[in-house]
Amino acid sequence: MKRDERVKSASVLAVASRPKNKGVVIIAVALMGLGLGYGLAHLMAGYIAYWGVVEGPFWLTLRVAVPATLIAGVAGIAAGYALAKSHFPGRDLLETVGSLPIILPPTVIGYYLLETLSPGTQFGGFLTRVVGHTLVYNVAGCIVAATIAAFPFCMRASRAAIEGVDSSFEQAARTMGLPDWRVALQVTIPLARRGIAAGLTIGCARALGEYGATLMVGGDINGKTRTLSLAILDSFTTPERNTMLLILVLMAVTAMIGVGLLGRSRS
Amino acid sequence: MTGLIPHSWLNALGIAPWVWNPLSVSFHAAVEATIVVAVAGIALGYLLARTHFPGRGAIETVFSLPMALPPTVVGYYLLTQLGGPGPIRNAEVDLFGHPLTFTFTGIVVAQIVESFPYCLRFSRAAVAAVDPRFEQVARAMGMSRGRIALLVTLPLARRGLVAGVAMAFGRAIGDFGATSIVAGSVPMATTMPLALYNAVFYGTHGQAMVLALVQVGVALAILLGVSRLGKVRAW
Amino acid sequence: MSALEVAVTRKIGDFELDTSFTVDSGISVLFGPSGAGKSLTLSLIAGLIRPDTGTIVINGVVVTDCARREFVSTQERRVGMVFQDGLLLPHRSVLDNVALAVRQAGGRRARRDIARSWLELVGAAELAGRRPGSLSGGQRQRVALARSLAGEPAIVLMDEPLTALDSAVRREMRSLIRGVITSTGIAAVLVTHDLQEAEELADVVIDYADGRVLGQRTVTHPTRLEGPRESAAGSEEE
Repeated sequence: MKRDERVKSASVLAVASRPKNKGVVIIAVALMGLGLGYGLAHLMAGYIAYWGVVEGPFWLTLRVAVPATLIAGVAGIAAGYALAKSHFPGRDLLETVGSLPIILPPTVIGYYLLETLSPGTQFGGFLTRVVGHTLVYNVAGCIVAATIAAFPFCMRASRAAIEGVDSSFEQAARTMGLPDWRVALQVTIPLARRGIAAGLTIGCARALGEYGATLMVGGDINGKTRTLSLAILDSFTTPERNTMLLILVLMAVTAMIGVGLLGRSRS
Repeated sequence: MTGLIPHSWLNALGIAPWVWNPLSVSFHAAVEATIVVAVAGIALGYLLARTHFPGRGAIETVFSLPMALPPTVVGYYLLTQLGGPGPIRNAEVDLFGHPLTFTFTGIVVAQIVESFPYCLRFSRAAVAAVDPRFEQVARAMGMSRGRIALLVTLPLARRGLVAGVAMAFGRAIGDFGATSIVAGSVPMATTMPLALYNAVFYGTHGQAMVLALVQVGVALAILLGVSRLGKVRAW
Repeated sequence: MSALEVAVTRKIGDFELDTSFTVDSGISVLFGPSGAGKSLTLSLIAGLIRPDTGTIVINGVVVTDCARREFVSTQERRVGMVFQDGLLLPHRSVLDNVALAVRQAGGRRARRDIARSWLELVGAAELAGRRPGSLSGGQRQRVALARSLAGEPAIVLMDEPLTALDSAVRREMRSLIRGVITSTGIAAVLVTHDLQEAEELADVVIDYADGRVLGQRTVTHPTRLEGPRESAAGSEEE
């Protein structure tokens, strides 16, 4: 039975990945979720005035979550690959520290971010000069916070997925003469794409919903750093809160599908 | 908040109230929450791993929702359900005499909701990893399903189960979004993460530093314990 | 009345099992290459898997009848099982492992005494207090054998019980199995792909290939070893 499975999936190497790829489905559903959220919000908002209030945080949330997911995704895949493949000094440290944001309170993360990134501090001042502008109380700080929130999930999911790849594919690629980096990019990671995609999806969900650290590093400044999660709290008694909730829930539901896929790709 | 250690001892040790008060709140709430989560999570994890009913995957996904939803959404939903008009609020008033929002119990409820998925996923994975042949032998020996679960399957899965409970505890004690929305900043019922936020907001940096360090210590201890328990992966 | 009558079919994926044989007392060996359906047959006999069609009768009791939709659960069939890797509970002592299988009522003390006597029968009495993790392969399989018999089953099913052991230990275990089965009178169905083992152990060999039974043959044993009571401690050379 195992031999037949191998023969079937060995065609992954030979044929470019097929459209039946679940990753495409995830992206499509995510886009639908966003589109639905936007459209429904527009409809529901009825009163254009209210839509103006919601629109700002909505786009801001996207501006934060998309780069955060990308950075966390790339870093997570790299870290997951390193953890899965090699034994280097500090390996356990990477796994532990990288997993910290899962249970470390978001306000602790926010506190340390403020301590390291604020221009007032030594390191923060240095960093601000290097980068060219401040990293706190603006979108950049929010992106940092969201990236940290998303990273552990991308890392752990990628590691598990890469560990699950049958090493005979990689060995075959090496005998064909491919250098290590090409084996990683063209063989290992594509074969692990389901688990990696699921990790990205739940990382995205965490980035979208990040609250505690964003609140501290961003400062909840109306128009500049007030993401949807924060805006909801300021609107508890006004109707636009329902719109924001709807948008957030729709985004999270698409992430939920990703979580479900995460479960299935485990077994 | 009455704790296990007398306040006078803590004062004598030089541990100030602004540390042990929120620590006590967070700790006791998390213990209560984790007890509930452990029992329910292990039971449901066992069922998901070992029984076959339609909608298994859907149930696991639904109960994993809090992991994917923004904490403010969870917090807001809990606030309206526990505090606003509705059947849940009525049940609370019947059981407790008052709604649970802005109370210690409300903190526990929020922690339960946020930490449940972790215990569930670790438990399911741990039970699923047990060699089913152990159970087959036990069935052939005539043991009932309940005895098999308690005497064979769960003991064999215990490392993963403990890891799941530990992660749930860590998540509960470290929760900020949901607990702060449901419970607010009630003076005698402030959690550690919220206390840290207040310290930063009001500029008391000395307190902030200590509070942050304590929480980092707790999180590290739990993570190290979990990784030593071995290679059970929930994702 | 025969100990076991099997006549079933079962399809799994591309593989189709169609088997039919009868077992009287003594040891019947299902012999054939890997993947021929031998282990699947044991699972069907134990009631862990349901067949698509057919019947299984154990000691005159119909435990599976697809046509009449009769099916007795595994718990209620009296079968003992021995696997290749023993599968003793690592968190319990040897004695507790065997005691779990004893079906008689009478309290924990009584069950442990009964378990002790089964351990003596297989020559593993002095292992009673030890943990499975500290046993050698041969010792584990002795305990597994005791456990499978302790419930006084109608038949004992053994799936490649000796395959993982080295040859010296295998020889002793073969004579142990023969002796125990003979003295207790419990019928046994044993799966192996080792020809010598099949010839030495079996009263009847049932040949399997590709999910089908090719034939049944009785074996006469000029070379069979007797003598069940070799002690575990003395003969292990690990």
